[in-house]
Parts: sequence; structure tokens; C-alpha cells
Amino acid sequence: MCLGIPGKLIATFEDRGMLMGKIDFGGVFKTVCLSLVPEVAVGQYVIVHVGFALHIIDELEAQQVFAFLEYMDDLDELQSDESNGCELGIVEMDRETPIADNQETST
Amino acid sequence: MRFQEEYRDPAAAHKLRRAIRAATTENWTIMEVCGGQTHSIVRYGIDELLPPEIELVHGPGCPVCVTPLELIDKALAIASRDEVIFCSFGDMLRVPGSRSDLFEVKAGGGDVRIVYSPLDCLKLAEHNPERQVVFFAVGFETTAPANAMAVWQAKLRGIDNFSVLVSHVLVPPALKAILSSSTNRIQGILGAGHVCSVMGLEEYFPLASMFRIPIVVTGFEPIDLLEGILRCVRMLERGASGVENQYARGVKPEGSLAAQRVIAEVFEITDRKWRGIGLIPDSGYRLSPAYQHFDAELRFPVSDLEVLESDGCMSGQILQGNLKPHECPAFGKQCTPDHPLGATMVSSEGACAAYFNYGRFLGASPSSSR
Repeated sequence: MCLGIPGKLIATFEDRGMLMGKIDFGGVFKTVCLSLVPEVAVGQYVIVHVGFALHIIDELEAQQVFAFLEYMDDLDELQSDESNGCELGIVEMDRETPIADNQETST
Repeated sequence: MRFQEEYRDPAAAHKLRRAIRAATTENWTIMEVCGGQTHSIVRYGIDELLPPEIELVHGPGCPVCVTPLELIDKALAIASRDEVIFCSFGDMLRVPGSRSDLFEVKAGGGDVRIVYSPLDCLKLAEHNPERQVVFFAVGFETTAPANAMAVWQAKLRGIDNFSVLVSHVLVPPALKAILSSSTNRIQGILGAGHVCSVMGLEEYFPLASMFRIPIVVTGFEPIDLLEGILRCVRMLERGASGVENQYARGVKPEGSLAAQRVIAEVFEITDRKWRGIGLIPDSGYRLSPAYQHFDAELRFPVSDLEVLESDGCMSGQILQGNLKPHECPAFGKQCTPDHPLGATMVSSEGACAAYFNYGRFLGASPSSSR
């Protein structure tokens, strides 16, 4: 269902009217159909499932996970610097998507 | 490998584990939808990293596992035909039908072939014009665009000796059925990342609203799963419901419009029976009228099927999250990947296979017994 692997697009070509690509999976190369991501450019990374590229990986978003983890690092440092036992509460920081994407309602 | 290694970093996992511990003050039951997520959780021991208040329940996201027994039996009947080259994804081969499986049909002389992509079948059909190539099109929404493209290409290029046996199922109706059940204990959901890469987030807002439940669309690597769990726990702790997208690098809110277009062209929604669960209305795809010519069920009608479900198999309970694999009396004994009672023990996304292959509860290691 969900076995999608990230790989780098290194070349494109046409086969019987379909846009195809050569994908580099860390040294293993496969031919993949790019019809579902026609706007893809060589050098971009895609998620591949059953021989089709499904999605172009958003590199900016990919960084967000690590930015968040770095922030947690900073909070940790602050916490360990505090000598008066005051609770900072890591729970305050949330890496939430913008309101438009995240229709949260409180119960 | 980029976009994999960094999401398996132990130091990052440790940080997220501590954050989850800090955030958790009550008991919570969270379900991961996708079998691929289940495998990752078991493989990396994610569930064992969590505080004891959090229970992970495995969802029905294994399309091979939920394909009805009747359809497996039909596949076996079609694959046994002399003129047919029967193609499927690898893990379908050992799924037990009423009396046999595709592997046995192959061993008995049937032309059964494992393919990586549905496009491989088109090549086979072109190179074997005197044979009938039938593809077992099993999957959730993730696989639907690929299967739709193959059928669309077949029609475009006039590849008439190709047909598909369709077993496509949809996540949102399954979630609705599970959450509506009187025995439901699931309070939060980790949504299936790649399903949403295709379909987007839109269908999940009404579900979150109707059941007042947090749904965090999550990826598959350990860091993804831990971050998904953290975000879900935080929402639960503050009584929030709604949809969040942890797997933003792989999912746009609108999904893949190109994929949705080809799905809409080739498929239409239909009722589907889910093995172990029963009929769920509007929960699957069938070929739309313009493409029915490629329907293997119409091309090779199979009648007189006597379906015989295994007595000891509890995969239905496992797929609904009511039972864990090791709680089934047959687990690891009468039922192993070599001689499975049901699909969950052989599918690459089956929960029983995950537990068995990663050595859970087989007596070898001191795993937590939750």
C-alpha cells in the first residue's frame, strides 16, 4: 500500500508517449514512469511506488523536522542552565502547519 | 540515502522519545493506518520506545490482507487457465485461498509472474500477443494511479490481450467503519502518508470532525512515526481534534492532481467486501464503464466458487485492531509465513508477518508484552 521509496531523478526520456525517468536509489538505478509528476526536473527527489513517481519531495518541508529538533535542543540547553528548578515545558513548542491546513477544533 | 538515513537517526529518535514522555499524562490508544507503518514500528521497536500510557493499535492498511477470499479464489481459477499469464505483486503469491495459493498454481504449471510495476504487464502483453495477460490490481489509493495508468495506456495503445482483476480499497470509509464500531477504542489516528500523497488531506477533515479525533498524516521512517505520535499525543492531551500533516515533504494538502485525474478517468467508487471485516459501502474502486473491457472478472467469469475461510485465522480481528498478532493462539505455531492461515502472515504489510519476521513474542527476546 504504502511502500514508497525516495530516489533522485538523473535523466528523463520518452517511451511510447510516456515521460520516463532514470532514478538513482543510492546507487541502484531504475526506470520509473514520471507521467504523474510531469513538472519534475532532473536533480529533484521523488517518491517512487510500483514503478511510478508519485510526488516530488519538498526539500524545504523535509528540513522542518530537523529545525524542530534543533529547537528542542535549544530548549534543553536553556533548561539545563536554569538552576532554580523552573519548568520550561517542551510541550509549549509545536511545529504545526499553518491554520489553513490545520483545521483544529477544541472539544 | 538521502531522505532515508536522516529519518533513522537514533539521536533524533531519542529527543522525540523524551518529548513524547514529557507530553503524556494520560492513557491513549492510537492507530496507525498503514501496514507499511506497522512494519516500520515493529522493525525499529517504536512501540517499545513509547511510555506505557500509549498503546499503538495496528490498522487495516494492508490491501493484500483485506482482499476477499472469493477474489483470491477467482485469481487462482484465472491463473490456472492455459492461455493466461497471471501477474501480481510478489507478496500475493503466498496468500492462502480456500484450497490453494498462486505459488502452488505456479508450481503446478500455471504461468504466474511477479511484477514490480503494472506497466511490466503491458510489455508482457505486447510480447505475447497470443496469450492473455491478467494483472491482479490490488491496493489502496496509493497504487490506484499506477494501475489506472496501465489500463489507460492499454486502451490508448489497443493492447487488448490485457485485463485487470481489481481489488482496490479506500482508507476513509474503512476508518469511518472502524471508528463507528461499538467496540472502538481508538482515540487518535496516524494517517497513511502515501495514500495522502495521492489523495490529499481533504477527506480527513469531515472524519476528524465527526468523530472528534486527531488525525496526523504520518510518514514511514522512525523519525516520521515518532513525530507523528508526538503531535497526536499533544492534540489528545489538549482535547483537540482535526488534521495535521507530519509528512509535509511527501504530502501536499491537495494531493496529486495528475494522479486523481487518471483515477477518476479509469475507476469509479463501488461497495467492497473487506476480508475479515465485511462489506463497507463505497469503499473501493471498480473500472468505469468506458474501461470495463479490461475487467478480468467479466472476461473470465468464474462460477461455482466454494469459499472456505480458515477456522483458526483471526486476521479479521487483527485488521480491526481488536487483537494483536501474538494474541492469536495460532501465531508462530500452526501459522507462520511458510504455512500461513491467513493473509496477514504473508503480506509485506501484514501485522502478523511484521511480528513474526522481527521476532516478536516468539520466545527469543524480552519484548514488552503489551
